[in-house]
Parts: sequence; C-alpha cells; structure tokens
Amino acid sequence: MENNLVIKAENSKSYLGFWIYILTDCVVFASLFAVYATLHNNTNGGESAQILFSMPLALTQTIILLTSSLTSGLAIIAALNKHKTRILLWTVVTFLLGSLFLFLELREFNHLASMGDSWRASGFLSSYFVLVGTHGLHILIGLLWMIVLGLIIIKKGLTAKSMKGLVMFNLFWHFLDVIWIFIFSVVYLMGHMGL
Amino acid sequence: MMLANLLGLLNVDSFRHDIIQNVGVGIMTLSIFFASLALTYFRKWKWLFGEWLSSLDHKKIGVMYIIVAVLMLSKAGFDALLMRTQQSLSVGNNHGILASQHYQQIFSSHGTTMIFFAAMGLMFGIINLAVPILIGTRDVAFPWLNSVSFWLFVSGMILLNTSLAIGDFSGAGWLAYPPLSELQFSPTVGVDYWIWSLQIAGVGSLLSGINFIVTILMKRTKGMNLMKMPMFVWSVLGSMTLVVFAFPVLTATITLLYLDRLVGTHFFTSGGGGNPMMYVNLIWAWGHPEVYILILPAFGIFSEIVATFSKKKLFGYTSMVWAIWAIVILSFTVWLHHFFTMGAGADVNGFFGIMTMIIAIPTGVKIFNWLFTMFRGKITFSAPMIWFVGFILLFSIGGVAGVLLAVPPADFQLHNSLFLVAHFHSMIVSGVLFGYFAGIVYWFPKFSGIKLNERLGKIAAYLWILGFIVAFVPLYALGIMGATRRMDHYSPSMGWQPLFIVAGVGVLIIGLGLLTLVSQVLYSVYKHVENKDRTGDPYDGRTLEWSIPSPAPHYNFSILPIVKKTDDFWESKQEKRSRDLVYKDISMPKNSYIGLFLSSGAFALGFGAVWHILWLSIVGLLIILGSVIARTLTEDTEYTIPKEKLILDDIQFYGEGK
Repeated sequence: MENNLVIKAENSKSYLGFWIYILTDCVVFASLFAVYATLHNNTNGGESAQILFSMPLALTQTIILLTSSLTSGLAIIAALNKHKTRILLWTVVTFLLGSLFLFLELREFNHLASMGDSWRASGFLSSYFVLVGTHGLHILIGLLWMIVLGLIIIKKGLTAKSMKGLVMFNLFWHFLDVIWIFIFSVVYLMGHMGL
Repeated sequence: MMLANLLGLLNVDSFRHDIIQNVGVGIMTLSIFFASLALTYFRKWKWLFGEWLSSLDHKKIGVMYIIVAVLMLSKAGFDALLMRTQQSLSVGNNHGILASQHYQQIFSSHGTTMIFFAAMGLMFGIINLAVPILIGTRDVAFPWLNSVSFWLFVSGMILLNTSLAIGDFSGAGWLAYPPLSELQFSPTVGVDYWIWSLQIAGVGSLLSGINFIVTILMKRTKGMNLMKMPMFVWSVLGSMTLVVFAFPVLTATITLLYLDRLVGTHFFTSGGGGNPMMYVNLIWAWGHPEVYILILPAFGIFSEIVATFSKKKLFGYTSMVWAIWAIVILSFTVWLHHFFTMGAGADVNGFFGIMTMIIAIPTGVKIFNWLFTMFRGKITFSAPMIWFVGFILLFSIGGVAGVLLAVPPADFQLHNSLFLVAHFHSMIVSGVLFGYFAGIVYWFPKFSGIKLNERLGKIAAYLWILGFIVAFVPLYALGIMGATRRMDHYSPSMGWQPLFIVAGVGVLIIGLGLLTLVSQVLYSVYKHVENKDRTGDPYDGRTLEWSIPSPAPHYNFSILPIVKKTDDFWESKQEKRSRDLVYKDISMPKNSYIGLFLSSGAFALGFGAVWHILWLSIVGLLIILGSVIARTLTEDTEYTIPKEKLILDDIQFYGEGK
C-alpha cells in the first residue's frame, strides 16, 4: 500500500494525460523558440543580446531554479516516507526558491524596460520578453499550485489524491527546469557568444 | 470619465450597424427570446440545466456539440449565401447589397465559423458519441475535462457571435494574415474577436485531444488490443495526436498577434524588426495539420459504414492503420504549399511540392481499400452509403485538383484564385461534412433509439451532392479564368457573371439539402413510435455499439464486453457466442456545473480582452482559477448504480432470460 500510492492504477490515467499536456506545452515553447531564432538578429538599431544580457545573473537564476527542482524532488521522497512535515518543509523551500527566481527575472525585465529596451523596441526584444516571460508565467502558475497543494496537504493529509497532485506538480516543475536549460543555452549562452 | 474607463473601448457606436447586420442581430435575439419563452412555458429550465447543461455523460455532450455545430453551419451557410448574392449582382455600375468592409467581415466569419465551430463541433460531437462505446467503456478518461472542453467551445462560439451585435468582426480573412491584421491596418476590435474566440475554443480542442488519447490508450475493454480497434477509433487517435501537436502552435501564434495589437510588440509588424511571413509559416504549421484533424475521423466513419453496409470485413485493415499514421506524420511536412508565392526559392518549394504529392498516396490507399471492401460485398445503398458514394466521387476530384496545386509553377497561376477555393471546399464539404453527416445518420439510432427516415435521408444526400457540383464546379472554371477569392466586385467585361449566378443557385440547392437533413431528423423524431429501434442492432452491425440497447443507457454497457477479434460483435453473432451474465455494481461520474461556470469565466476573460476592459478579464481569470481549484477540492464525484438496476434495465430491453 505505502509506496504504491504513486503508481496506483486509477492515477495512471492522470499521469499519462499530464505527460501529454507537458508535450503540448513543449510545442508552445518550441514555437516561441522558433520565433526567437527567427527574430533574434532583428534588433531594429538597438543593442544585441551580447550587450544587453548579464551572464552572472542568468547563471544565478539557473542555479536557483535547479536547486528548487532538487528540493521539490526531496518533497516527493518525504512523501514516499509519509513524512508530512518534511513534505511541507521542502515545498516551502521550493516555493521560496521559485519566488526568488521570478523576482530576479522581473527585476531584469524592469531594468531592460527602464533603459528603453522594452518589448516595443524591436522584434528581437519582443521575442525575448515573450519567450522568457512565458517561462516566468509558468513559474507563477507553479507557485500558485504549490500554495493550493500545501493547503490541501495541511488540511487533508497525504491522501492518494494529494499524492497524485504532488507527483504531477513535480513533473511540471522539472519540465520548467528543462525549458530553462534551453533558454539559458539559446538566449543567454549563444547570445553571449554573439551567435 | 470613470464609466468610460470601466467600459474600455465600448461605446454607443459599438452597437450601430447597417441594415443587413441588424436583421442578423434581430434574428439572433428573437431566437434566444423565443427559446427562453418556450423553456419557461413548458417549465423545462430545470430539465435543461440538470439533465443536459451540467451533464458529464459523453453522449449528451456529443449531442450538444452537434446541435451547436448545426446552428453554426446554418449561420455560416447564410454568410455563403450573402457572398454569392453579392458576387452575382455586383458587376459594373451595380455594387450589390454589401459594402466592401462588410463583405470582408462576412467571408472572414464564414471561414472561421465553418472550420472552428461547424466542422470541429461536428467532429467532437461524433467522437464523443461513438468512441467510448466503440472501445467498450462507460465513459471518457476525464469526464469533467470533457465538459470543460465543450463549454469552452461554446463560449468561443458565443464570443464570435457577439461580434455581430457589439462592435465588428475581423475583415482579415479566416487566418488573419498580418500586416493587414495588425493594429495599424485593422484598428477596430474585429481581429481581437477573431483571436479570442479561436483562443478559447482552441484550448477546449486541445483538452479534448488529451482526453481522447488517454481514453483510447487506457480505457479499452478487455481483449481489445490496438490492432483490434474499429478503424474509426484509429482515425480518432491519429486526429487527436495531430491536435496535441498542432493546436499549441495556434495558441502561441495568435497570442503573439494579440500582443502585437495590445502592447506594441514587433512579431509580425512590417516595421520594427517584425516578420509577417513568420506568422504565415506558424499559422499553417497548425493550419495544415488541422485539415487532417478534420478529415481523418471522417475517413474513419466511412470505414465503419462501408464495412457495415457491404457486409464484409474492412479490406486492408493493417494498411489502413499505416495510411493513417503516414498522414499524421506527413501532414507536418507540407505546410509551405499554402504560400509557394512567398519566394522561399525553387529548392524549398520543390521539397514541399513533392511532399504534398506524397501525402496523396496514403489517401489513395484508403480510397482503394474502401472500394475493395465494396467489391463483391452485399451492398445496401442506405442513406449513409449515398453520402459515401458522393464523397468518393467529389473528394477524388478535389484531391486531384489538390495534386495539381502542389506543382509550384501551376500554383503561381492558381494561387488565391477561386480554383483554390473550389479545391478546398471539395475536401471540406464533400470530405469532412459528408463524412460527419453520414456518421450522424449512421449512429443516430444508437444515441436516440430512433431510426431515421431513409427516403428523406437519401433526398438530403442527393441534394447536397447536386448542390455541391452546381456551386463549386463553376468556381474551378472561374479560377482558371482569373477570378480571385474574396472579391466583391468585378467588371462585366470579364464575363464571369453567369458562372457566379450558377454558383449562387448551387448554394440554394445546398441550403435545401440542409433543410431536408434537418427535417429528416425532425420527421423521424415526430414519428418515433413507428421508427423505434427495438433491437439495438438495426443494420446487422459489426462493432460493439450495436451490442447494446438503443438508445444506449447512460452507463453504456451493463456488462463490459470481452473482445476476441476485430469486429467482435459480428464474429460473436456468427459464432452464436453468448455473453456471461455477471453483473457488478458500477460507478459513474456525477453531473457538475463547474465546467459551465468555468466557461463563463473564459467568456468574461475573452470579452474583456477584446474591449480592453481590464477588470472584466481579471474577474474571468479568477472564475477560471476558482473553478479549477473547486473541482480539485470536490471529493464526491461519483455515484454507484447497483447491479439490480442493470439487470432490470436489460430485462426491460431484451426480455426475460437473454
């Protein structure tokens, strides 16, 4: 009974459905990456990625997000051990890291916009803001999800249903990690190298 | 001042229209008024909400999809009639009945409504009705999500029709190419209506896609492995796979267009580093698969019908499955043939031209498989078969015209001409619509318990076939003579008027066909006592749906069937196999209003976004979030049907001891 909570048959439908949802979201990001690839040289007379983006900041964001993925994984391990307080603890840590990530991203957006390099400036910056911003929007949804999940676990304990929610949340959060790796490589690394 | 802020861009002028549009608004308002009056008079409001609008039963959701789709088909058909009237009259000094701007809105709304709300609605309607029963299960994988999909479809539909009464609709064609659809050239809210009605309905389709893939993969009854599934289920699996790969591209693309219009980004603008051709590429990366999303289930329906009415196993089952998956994959490699004239270069055009010709091969395989199924079969030419024969003839002609258009040099001549319009109507009317009509007629006894009147059914099919030929063959000729699409006025020296008049007569014949089709249903329901299907198997059918009573009970199967072969019901009849009468209690999903509530939030979000009413959009978003959370917190989502009830139901239909 204990560990079977994760792979309970009635949950497997939801897991498959959620995987397919993630696939569809991958296609959304694929489209946005394609748009970025097409437009990233159309700077409309403004600065290019090489000058605008800060590598140390992007690296810090990466480390924060990857660490949050680790902590959300630790929440799953705590759930398998049926350790309610530890689940909540790791979820809170994940939430804080996610919020910090989002804060840094919004600060960078604000910084760029105040310098006159907003989404209105060029096709390049439009595609940058929307690609990275869509990832940020997903992070925001993940944060809301964590709040709801945490409240459900506090109130109802670790039921099969909340376990299902926790597993799906983890899939979602790791997926956002993978997308961020691509953003880091394509937008920041390749931008830094002037590609 | 305060009020003006609360209403965004809305003002009194948003409600002022010309006479033709006012008549449309009047008809719409009166219909809603009389429908409400009738519901009040017969005291049916409670029944409507309790039994239907809140239902999670896949069959009821399917019926509602079809009702909405037929309404939209009539509305967009009326648009077609207006267009042909304009083109028959507007020659030389006469400028017809419509102003150019209004004409543009009409052809944009015709295309949008037909694809998204008529064709997609019929498709999801039939999939909902048939797929769960065909795979031997009691419901879809996520019944609540299914109702959310349907209600998002409805709220997209309502948003589109709101544009008739409040503001205007997009005049930028059914795919709203930039830079025309950008704020600079389309400053009114029309394009925003287009964006948001598609966005909302599109998310609904996406959720349906996920739902049916999981249903087909996880909910098949015992013994039905993939290669024993009815061909319709295979075609739906192919189509839904396309949905989950293609619709996210639509969602992303029209979001970018909306951002261009709302916050001044430069994705598709001509200046500022934007790239309008990128939009055209992206929209067709969704748009071409969309064509196959629509046609594959129609192919599946014909596969079932041909086998049933030829009393033969479907010829070449395995090759049919491979043909479906070849189409699924190839459909992502041909999108550029929609704009050979972009100037991508001879090599790129050559590649996409060849891929387009190659995709005709699996389609040809299917045509031959159907013909070989009929060969030496005991064919009954009932109404669904008439639709099928019409489809084979007209679809093949349209397909050959398509292969002609796949040759880039020929396409440079015929691009944007009425030849193209005739070609894709051949695919979508005589392919998609004929298929779905045949499917509705074929499965009608199963979900209603009433057999349809054959005579009226055949007349309807013949009228549609005749009307189609009269309406669209002239367009092939006109296209070759140089008539372009979306044209509202021309010089008499072109000599096109007679052909346009003939095409207009064709639209009238099609309209008559639609009326006959509807009267076929109404007449048969009126005479329901003598048309009652008492056997549950009116055609001596082959697949599982005919093994249960008609109308199908809401739990579908009192005992879940165990499948041994392809076309298992037919085989079990031949072997006189009897089923084990082991009844068990079953649990079914309870009705839920949350899907309906959620979609009202989606409408508020969309309407607010169209008119820049920020508070309304926020309210809509909160309603959506709240509904999802409320559903997550709902514990008690199922109820139990005791086995005694199942036994009683079975005895009532089959009689004692069967």
